[in-house]
Amino acid sequence: MATFGGSGDSPMSQANIIEIRNLNYAVGGRTIFEGLDMVIPRGRVTAVMGPSGTGKTTLLRLVTGQILADSGSVEVAGLEIQSLTRAALYKLRQRMGMLFQNGALLTDLSVFENVAFALREHTDLPERLIRQLVLTKLQAVGLRGAAELMPSELSGGMNRRVALARAIVMDPEILIYDEPFVGLDPISMGVILRLIRRLNDVLGLTSIVVSHDVKEISSVADQILLLSGGKVVANGTHKELHSNPSKIIAQFMGGLADGPVPFHFPAADYFGELLAREEA
Amino acid sequence: MFKELWNSLSESLIAAGALVRFLFRLLINSPRAFLRMDLIVQQTYNSGALSLVIIMLSGLFVGMVLGLQGYQLLQRFGSEEALGTAAAIGLVKELGPVVTALLFAGRAGTALTSELGLMKATDQLSAMEMMAIDPIRRVVVPRFLGGVIAMPLLAAIFSMVGLYGAQLVGVQIMGVDSGSFWSQMRASVGIVDISEGIVKSCVFGIACSAIAVYQGYYAAPTAEGVGRATTSTVVTSAVVILFLDYLITAAFL
Repeated sequence: MATFGGSGDSPMSQANIIEIRNLNYAVGGRTIFEGLDMVIPRGRVTAVMGPSGTGKTTLLRLVTGQILADSGSVEVAGLEIQSLTRAALYKLRQRMGMLFQNGALLTDLSVFENVAFALREHTDLPERLIRQLVLTKLQAVGLRGAAELMPSELSGGMNRRVALARAIVMDPEILIYDEPFVGLDPISMGVILRLIRRLNDVLGLTSIVVSHDVKEISSVADQILLLSGGKVVANGTHKELHSNPSKIIAQFMGGLADGPVPFHFPAADYFGELLAREEA
Repeated sequence: MFKELWNSLSESLIAAGALVRFLFRLLINSPRAFLRMDLIVQQTYNSGALSLVIIMLSGLFVGMVLGLQGYQLLQRFGSEEALGTAAAIGLVKELGPVVTALLFAGRAGTALTSELGLMKATDQLSAMEMMAIDPIRRVVVPRFLGGVIAMPLLAAIFSMVGLYGAQLVGVQIMGVDSGSFWSQMRASVGIVDISEGIVKSCVFGIACSAIAVYQGYYAAPTAEGVGRATTSTVVTSAVVILFLDYLITAAFL
């Protein structure tokens, strides 16, 4: 099987903002990653895809230092996540933004205060400047007019866009999206898709998008990483992956119910089990 | 059976150890929290002011029952005038702190647990972590301190309203002499009795608030997990309050 990325001994390439080498991670006796190698290039939109349960969200948590790997190395912007102190990790996180699956807005604060939250906590900026910064970010996601609304008054798509404004308020270098399209209508999905591409290009970010929506994310991603069985099984553009003869890639890209990833959860023999129950 | 008992005991001890460790973490982070007084004031309002109605109503009824029962008992010995003393001692030393703490755990404690549990289940705490903001400092400690400040104030209000209730029944309805009621109370209730009540309500405030935020912060991030944590807050708080009540009462003897 091909591995992706350069030598583990070399210093982190300037071209890559995230490099993962020989990463192993298991939880509750179940292996999630086994010898995972992958790189995320700087300045591009990278989609991380794979069947449910392959550990895509776990990968994001490892990259952001929310959990630590059992062994191997995770380097983000030249810093080894495993060896960072809590203060250093927090400093690194100020250079990252993350959009959670459900937005994760603070429900007791208004839209404006949600976006201003990190600015108020991390800076001593005057109120006038905070207001300008927040309104600029809200304008970028098209929700300046909703600044005074509470999160409970927002639709799913608006909620996600406010969370996006909050994620970019500290001008991060890396923007991480965890399943940004879940539960969205086609219009909201289109809006988020355009924002992912536009924010990446205009703000000069590196975007990592974890998603199941093959068609949608393929339209904005520069490269797609396909995870399966704890490893990267494919890496390339949407076109390259479609022309790849591998069965698992064809199953995932074509949305086929059965294939290397079986439709049925492992179980005892069907007829045997039915008959055994009858006898009982 | 012994094995099950031992397992249950060791699990309880491990949980108690984790709670004490968490309490130390809260106390270490507490001095810095006072730099953000606005957060503490808001949480004191949430835990304290919003519990006022239930505390005052309960205090009134407890005091009225105490007045009625006390009168019935003291009348047998012909010393109804001691009703003020009996009600004050009972309320200030025992019923005020204990009943307030139990009510506090049921109203403010469950609110704290479910709020934190839901914040966890909806990734709000993770989002703060990702914004490089420590949720313990920003969210948990102000809620803990709000509860710690509110609890003694609520206990004092409970005792005051309770005394009014006892006076209402004893003096207004049963006809105990008003002068005797108040003067005997003033003569017999000393600073030690009041200190005992203050110590109890402060300790119960720390215990109830720590249990509530601990259960919320470590709740399983599911609907079932938050429900279980909320129930656990009430049950654990009740047992801990009564246990600590015994210890403090013994210490003041």
